[in-house]
Amino acid sequence: MTDTLTIAGRAFSSRLFLGTGKYPDNDTLLAALKASGTEMVTLAIRRMNLAGEDAPLIEKLAGYHFLPNTAGCYTVEEAVLTAELAREALDTNWIKLEVIGDKELLYPDVEGTVAATRILVDKGFVVLPYCNEDPVTCRKLADAGAAAVMPLGSPIGSGHGIKNPALIEVICARSAVPVILDAGLGTASDAAQAMELGCAAVLLNTAVAKAADPVKMAMAMKAAVEGGRMARLAGRIPRQFQANPSSPTVGLVGA
Amino acid sequence: MPEPTIRLNGAETPLCAATLAALIAEHAPSADGRGVAVAVNGAVVRRADWATVTLAPGDAVEIVLARQGG
Repeated sequence: MTDTLTIAGRAFSSRLFLGTGKYPDNDTLLAALKASGTEMVTLAIRRMNLAGEDAPLIEKLAGYHFLPNTAGCYTVEEAVLTAELAREALDTNWIKLEVIGDKELLYPDVEGTVAATRILVDKGFVVLPYCNEDPVTCRKLADAGAAAVMPLGSPIGSGHGIKNPALIEVICARSAVPVILDAGLGTASDAAQAMELGCAAVLLNTAVAKAADPVKMAMAMKAAVEGGRMARLAGRIPRQFQANPSSPTVGLVGA
Repeated sequence: MPEPTIRLNGAETPLCAATLAALIAEHAPSADGRGVAVAVNGAVVRRADWATVTLAPGDAVEIVLARQGG
């Protein structure tokens, strides 16, 4: 079965994108990425440690597409500069746009996210904005030229899963661009649920990086995304209140 | 007269280097690989221009690296 996801002309056979933060060490990170089957990984842009740096991680990430992020940016200006630095550093015009509006919740600043999307699209970026699970915001971002929209399931790193599945389903049904569930997933069933609701892909980090066995959880996420996607394509049965027997109702013994 | 300084990654730093390339060679010798980018006063300077961009007292220089993140 070929079931390719295409974003801005780039084809993906894996619908799982992974962050590279918070792993116990680089070897575990690399093993988890491999086990997950992912083709695109996120990276952060931070000040270089001028007292001395370890060998850059990216040398070890050959073969993966890079999706640098603007994590930690609170203004449009910071996000745009970070995106431009990322483009120079990694030679990619793809950017996971984050304009954060609250330090504790890490909730997106909607106004800033839409404004920064417009600016970055004008500058030739492929913009994948992290946003709240709001159909109107997602529409505005798509109208502004976002290549995909990335609504949160719940706060970043919280492991709460998808708190508003009905809204995610509505966003998926209405979106003109691919919907990537980003943030808050805790375990494999959350990833499967995202795909069953109609998401085109899932982006997660903490659920794998901070699992007791990150490599095993990466495998679980791979299976969950594939299973959820297949279930979506298969078409689930409608929910109903009454039972509906699976065995024949005639020819009962002793009847 | 106070020594001229720039702000390098947020820290006040004596300005000894004539060009951006010289500054990077002095403070971030490992910055020659992929994954590094530089901005001066909020504008990215492409690697090809490092050797020709000169620095003035008070300039703000950011040297960044792509690293682990989500």
